[in-house]
Amino acid sequence: MTHRFTLSRRSFLAGTAAAGGLSLGFSLPALAQDAPTGDIPEMNAWVVINPDNTVVVRVAKIEMGQGTLTGLAQLVAEELECDWDNVTWSYPTPGENVARSRVWGSFGTFGSQGIRTSHQMVREGGAAARMMLVQAAANRWGVDAGTLSVSKGVITGPGGETLTYGEVAADAANLEVPTEVALKDPADWTIAGSRVLRLDTTGKLDGSQKYAIDLKVDGMMLAAIKQTPVMGGKIASIDADAVMGMPGVQRVVQISDEAVVVVADTWWRAKTALDALPIEWDLGENASFGMADLEAMLDEGLSATEAFVGNQSGDVAAAFESAAQVLEADYHYPWQHHATMEPMNAMALVTDDSCEVWVPTQNAETDLAVAAETTGLEIPQCEIHRINLGGGFGRRASAADYTVVALKVAMEMKGTPVKVIWSREEDTTHGTYHPTTKARMRGALDADGNLTALHMRISGQSIFAGLMPFALQNGMDPLTFQGLQADGPEGQLGYTVPNLLVDHAMRNPPVRPGFWRGVNNNQNAFYLESFMDELADAAGKDPLEFRRGLMQNHPKHLAVLDKVAEGIGWDTPAPEGRFRGLCQHMGYGSYVAAAAEVSVDDRGALTIHKIVAATDCGHVVNPQQVEAQIEGSFAYGLSAGLLSQVTMEEGRVQEENFDTYPIVSMWEMPAVESHLIPSGGFWGGVGEPTIFVATPAVMNAVYRATGQRIRELPLSKHDLTPQ
Amino acid sequence: MPTLVVNGTSMDFDAEPDTPLLWVLREQLGLTGTKYGCGVAACGACTVHIDGIATRSCQMQIQDIRPGEEITTIEGLSPDRSHPIQQAWAELDVPQCGYCQSGQIMAAAAFLHDFPEPTDEDIKQNMTNLCRCGTYNRIKAGIKRAAELS
Ligand code: FES
Ligand code: FES
Repeated sequence: MTHRFTLSRRSFLAGTAAAGGLSLGFSLPALAQDAPTGDIPEMNAWVVINPDNTVVVRVAKIEMGQGTLTGLAQLVAEELECDWDNVTWSYPTPGENVARSRVWGSFGTFGSQGIRTSHQMVREGGAAARMMLVQAAANRWGVDAGTLSVSKGVITGPGGETLTYGEVAADAANLEVPTEVALKDPADWTIAGSRVLRLDTTGKLDGSQKYAIDLKVDGMMLAAIKQTPVMGGKIASIDADAVMGMPGVQRVVQISDEAVVVVADTWWRAKTALDALPIEWDLGENASFGMADLEAMLDEGLSATEAFVGNQSGDVAAAFESAAQVLEADYHYPWQHHATMEPMNAMALVTDDSCEVWVPTQNAETDLAVAAETTGLEIPQCEIHRINLGGGFGRRASAADYTVVALKVAMEMKGTPVKVIWSREEDTTHGTYHPTTKARMRGALDADGNLTALHMRISGQSIFAGLMPFALQNGMDPLTFQGLQADGPEGQLGYTVPNLLVDHAMRNPPVRPGFWRGVNNNQNAFYLESFMDELADAAGKDPLEFRRGLMQNHPKHLAVLDKVAEGIGWDTPAPEGRFRGLCQHMGYGSYVAAAAEVSVDDRGALTIHKIVAATDCGHVVNPQQVEAQIEGSFAYGLSAGLLSQVTMEEGRVQEENFDTYPIVSMWEMPAVESHLIPSGGFWGGVGEPTIFVATPAVMNAVYRATGQRIRELPLSKHDLTPQ
Repeated sequence: MPTLVVNGTSMDFDAEPDTPLLWVLREQLGLTGTKYGCGVAACGACTVHIDGIATRSCQMQIQDIRPGEEITTIEGLSPDRSHPIQQAWAELDVPQCGYCQSGQIMAAAAFLHDFPEPTDEDIKQNMTNLCRCGTYNRIKAGIKRAAELS
């Protein structure tokens, strides 16, 4: 029997808007009461304890490299007081989550939220399980639970007698789940807060970890996909007969107006046939769109009279009129592709009354909703298998385009599991790109070099408008202003400027935008923190001192900035031929700053000798994994700052692979010194924030080294050879 | 049926002669530890050893593999993750998503063989595999640690 209810895709997608810290609350109907199944009784949704004392922590978020799986397990283990060496993990499925009234909360893993939005739930889960285990031991011994102590999964009674968790787990599982649980003070943590190694490394050392692209199930067929090269283009005709005789080819399936797949017994054969498949395209109205059109569109927005206001105070116009000095500069941030190392892929098996999907996804509940919507089946007839991702970075957070494709092919071949794999070229040319914007920065200085007014006009693309228009607020995309807002726990401007205007002229080119690790903080920090240095120069002040003068109301922003200044030795001259830059920004609840030391040789080649980074994320669950995220964020952020961009001509993305979309390699990777200065009392994310500060810190140093102010990225567009 | 010697075992497969070794390993021989990243020799995710030489298998057609050449994949680097590179990787928690790491480990193992006492500059010049998660600094530290363990 199945229950009929509406679970709209929109409601799931609205959940993903929380990537930007928005609360677009959504609710899901419950299918049944929370009713766990399985041979081994669970303590609660988060904890299963086996008779051999191994502890299985159920993880709602997905692992894609960011270390959340280990961090969440540490938090559970901390409260559970188990032996860390006995901890393993498993993933509940979205089907189980819906069936159990979403006992695990949201599976969405984005917005640097993995830890900070679920620490409370998982710690309470661990603490409740501990209380039940202790109670079970007390019952067995006929003593008061208050007389027992517990350490590393061993319960000790008043007379020194002991029981292990595994020995009392079955009894404990039958006890009432406590409603009142007290959590430890983070100051008392021993497992959480420590530099334990990740739980998921072994399979990454010998090739045994199976990514979705590696999975093989009985009877599986492989598909290669080609989609319209121009957004809005359509297939005019296909000559399937031309390839049906090629080795291994099973089917040619046109899954929509816009895409065709070849299905074969191996992916290589499918791709070989797809490359040979004659396809005529009707490219439509975007077929002439190019960078000149984009430029004109964004430039028009820079001076447009109408714009959405994101942050405003004082009287900007009056302040500019009475200024001693006005500075103006235009900046540009190009499209970027996620370029996950594992290309997009998904496998689906559809029958008349069931549907299974195996997919690397950052939000399997979206895929579940998509599965039901695409197949017309009920939610309980669909299931999504969660598999660790070979990188996500936001590409796998919301669009679920890959899942839709796999489902459509599988619906044409009912009973056969079909896995669709994007070639790298198809992946790169059909992304959900980091939105492109320009900014016109205007600052007013008084005669003493004080900043009296700032107007930041952003012109360009909105993610919400392109990806999830229902999330717009009266047409405005509030996410555009990430890190520039006056207040809020998610991110706030770290400067007090007496007269301030931050506004957005939305201009949407025919290119699909998406959430790209760091999202709009990336360009906002690049614009503002570069311009802060320009203003400091105009004011005749040191960039650090100029900022400090505006930051007295923002002690946490200031603390990370001071930390990197200290770490790089801002007070002392840089070594001969080296130059420094610094910056700060806040996003995803965390305060971050970076300082870079660079040199540029007489052939114009940049070397980043050293980067010092600081993060205040409130609480640190695993310092070595936070450091890994900080280092990785420099690689990701500097890829965009130094090397990569997506461009369009004749409606087509021009970059196709890593040869034309270069990313940071060992060659460019700077040494990174990370300072974690958690100040407590709040929980900030760490997967993205450092990306914001990577590029502006380096570009500010490049300016000191060369006199060139880089206002358009990537740096590789510019010739740094001394003139 | 054509055969290849992979990880010390002679294996039969069924593929057109111009098929890249990468896809024979992955789709015919079930050795999915070797990854597809770019298909154009730009990323190194597909790195295997052919007679000990690090080779990007996406660019090696099986018809170009000579009889007797020995192919080693990540699955055959060591029986129990005991190669110094694997040990060092475990000790330093090098992988993030892990997708590039089979290729990184195979490249690093061949590199360490050629440069038993590598300098930072040696590593920079020779370790050209891409990692989108940005694990480069730990890879560098891992290679140096592996040199100590060797
Ligand atoms: S897949 Fe062979 S180098 Fe990228
Ligand atoms: S660890 Fe993710 S790509 Fe290298």
